[in-house]
Amino acid sequence: MSAQANTLAAPTTAVQDSEASAQPLLQIRNLRKRFSLSGDFLDQLRFKGGKLVRHQEYVHAINGVSLDIQRGEALCVVGESGCGKSTVARTVMGLIAPSSGEIHYDGTRIDQLNSRQLLPYRKRMQMIFQNPYASLNPRMTIQQTLEEPLRLHHPGWNRQQVTDKVEEVMHSVGINPDWGKRFGHEFSGGQRQRIAIARALAVDPEFIVADEPISALDVSIQAQVLNLLMEAQQQRHLTYLFITHDLAVVEHFGTRVAVMYLGTVCEIATTATLFAQPRHPYTQALLSSIPRLDDDRPQHIRLSGEVPTPVDLPSGCVFHGRCPYANERCKQEIPVLQAQDDGTQVACHAVEEGRL
Amino acid sequence: MALLEVNQLDVRFALRQGEVRALRDVTFSLERGERLGIVGESGAGKSVAAFSLLNLISKPGFIAGGDIIFDGQPLTQMTERELRKVRGNRISMIFQDPMMTLNPVLSIGDQMVECLKAHRRISTREARAIALDRLRQVQIPSPEKRLDQYPHELSGGMRQRIIIAIALLLDPDIIIADEPTTALDVTIQAEIMALLLALCESHDVALILITHDLGVVSQVTQRMLVMYAGRVIEQGPTREIINDPQHPYTQGLLNALPQMATPGDKLNQIRGSMPSLTHLPSGCAFHPRCDFINRADGTPRSACIKQVPGFVTSGHCRVACHMVAEMLEERRLKEETP
Repeated sequence: MSAQANTLAAPTTAVQDSEASAQPLLQIRNLRKRFSLSGDFLDQLRFKGGKLVRHQEYVHAINGVSLDIQRGEALCVVGESGCGKSTVARTVMGLIAPSSGEIHYDGTRIDQLNSRQLLPYRKRMQMIFQNPYASLNPRMTIQQTLEEPLRLHHPGWNRQQVTDKVEEVMHSVGINPDWGKRFGHEFSGGQRQRIAIARALAVDPEFIVADEPISALDVSIQAQVLNLLMEAQQQRHLTYLFITHDLAVVEHFGTRVAVMYLGTVCEIATTATLFAQPRHPYTQALLSSIPRLDDDRPQHIRLSGEVPTPVDLPSGCVFHGRCPYANERCKQEIPVLQAQDDGTQVACHAVEEGRL
Repeated sequence: MALLEVNQLDVRFALRQGEVRALRDVTFSLERGERLGIVGESGAGKSVAAFSLLNLISKPGFIAGGDIIFDGQPLTQMTERELRKVRGNRISMIFQDPMMTLNPVLSIGDQMVECLKAHRRISTREARAIALDRLRQVQIPSPEKRLDQYPHELSGGMRQRIIIAIALLLDPDIIIADEPTTALDVTIQAEIMALLLALCESHDVALILITHDLGVVSQVTQRMLVMYAGRVIEQGPTREIINDPQHPYTQGLLNALPQMATPGDKLNQIRGSMPSLTHLPSGCAFHPRCDFINRADGTPRSACIKQVPGFVTSGHCRVACHMVAEMLEERRLKEETP
């Protein structure tokens, strides 16, 4: 019986494999998102020199981000707070609409779909949030929390099917299925994050967006949750978009890394390459600032100044004000991602000109 | 004599459910100019330890026993008035959140002058000159301008620099920094840590650094304490603990770091989570999560479950663990019988 099932299943997986090499699971093309700071139309009106003028200000959260995510990989997006990494995650999930740009999931453009059209994709892509204290509904039991996505995405399932599935996912994340009647507040932070992961896994997604899933947890618990995410990836062949600021986690978990600064991607590389040979000056500074256990006082690349405000973006390369290698061209011309010999993509004039 | 000596400090919180022992048997000392790290997960009692040094524990918490001797004077027996002369003056604190620490309705200059005038009889003009000098030391760009700015006009990293400047205002002997860089980004964090380290060295100030980040502790401090469920479970020179941790919890914490595993492999996790102080396990508080409660031959070590472990000295470290005690005892017996 099972042998027969295997022979039937084999050709379909072969087809999927050939497709996988051809097309990335998720394509982000020139994504931009700005948030208005000026309120509604009447708030924007100002008197200036006796005339009524309309004054608008925007936070430029993402400025032209393009990323491909291949099936089965864990793409990590790193950067400091305010660099737009969470906005990328939320835009991909359709939680906020992009200002411009395209998002293609498995070949279909999804950023313009309405919520009804998006529903089948929501089942295939799920999200895990940073704060497990805020992401679980305090008035629902764990059983209800986990049943909700199943009832939404499998309206035809009967009660038994739903409870069986809930039991299975609770088991797979190491939460005792007997605890289903408890509420979120009765669990510790690590357990809550496991429940949040269980909720994401309940509908058997193929793609998971995890926005700082372990940042709110203690060190010993971080390892548990990270192990769980890696196990789930192996068992369920998941693809991750993993947002984090913790470079040690990236080095351990990611297949590829995209480094973001002030709403733009400055470097994309495989994890091993990025940590062995960071190209972009910002990546170099970022890597040098991780506190390491081994060496006593490592060479720390000091950046002058602080991250500029995303309201008034710097001209040219967004990093030029803090970059030790910046010249006139960097102040005027925005660098674009360019592929290097080993496949790393770097957006830096200095790297392009061979000055670095 | 050490600059600061803490002996058997016992801090309790009188709650409705009964008394909770937030700190028990905490003993350590700090030399002049030394940098000491206190590490632990949330709930381990590291912040309570720092706050109780200056008797900043608010009700229902109280110091139930033990001594804190600072420069020969017992802080635990001082009146509130006497303590106020020590706080901010000879021992100053840096807190985690720079926005919460600064007064939002006072300009930076006013806050610094206020602090100086509270402890010294000087004119406002003199105080402003000292304030300006400290702002220069923390490498703030255009310090004259900052004196008249308000906290909300500054970025997080800048605010934390101001707080370091305030902590240094009165040339303290000790700075207690409670997670000073947790709220900041990695690149800013590295800057602030380097600055704090350089200033402590140049001013010969002792530093007590409270953090959960083992990387920061290993780079900044000379000695460290590891805390778990209100007790210090291991203390000694930082290098020695990082390179050769003795207590199973310290080993677990270090091994759980992603940098200790091969990329892609399973991380070495510690199972379970930190017990609540209201429901502490019997014996060693770590025993439900410990992999070594059985001896190598499989026989259970009953002391772990029954008896709170005392300290044993191993190398330059002091460790509270029955397993380590037994191993040391065995080694001693072996050396005695040739």
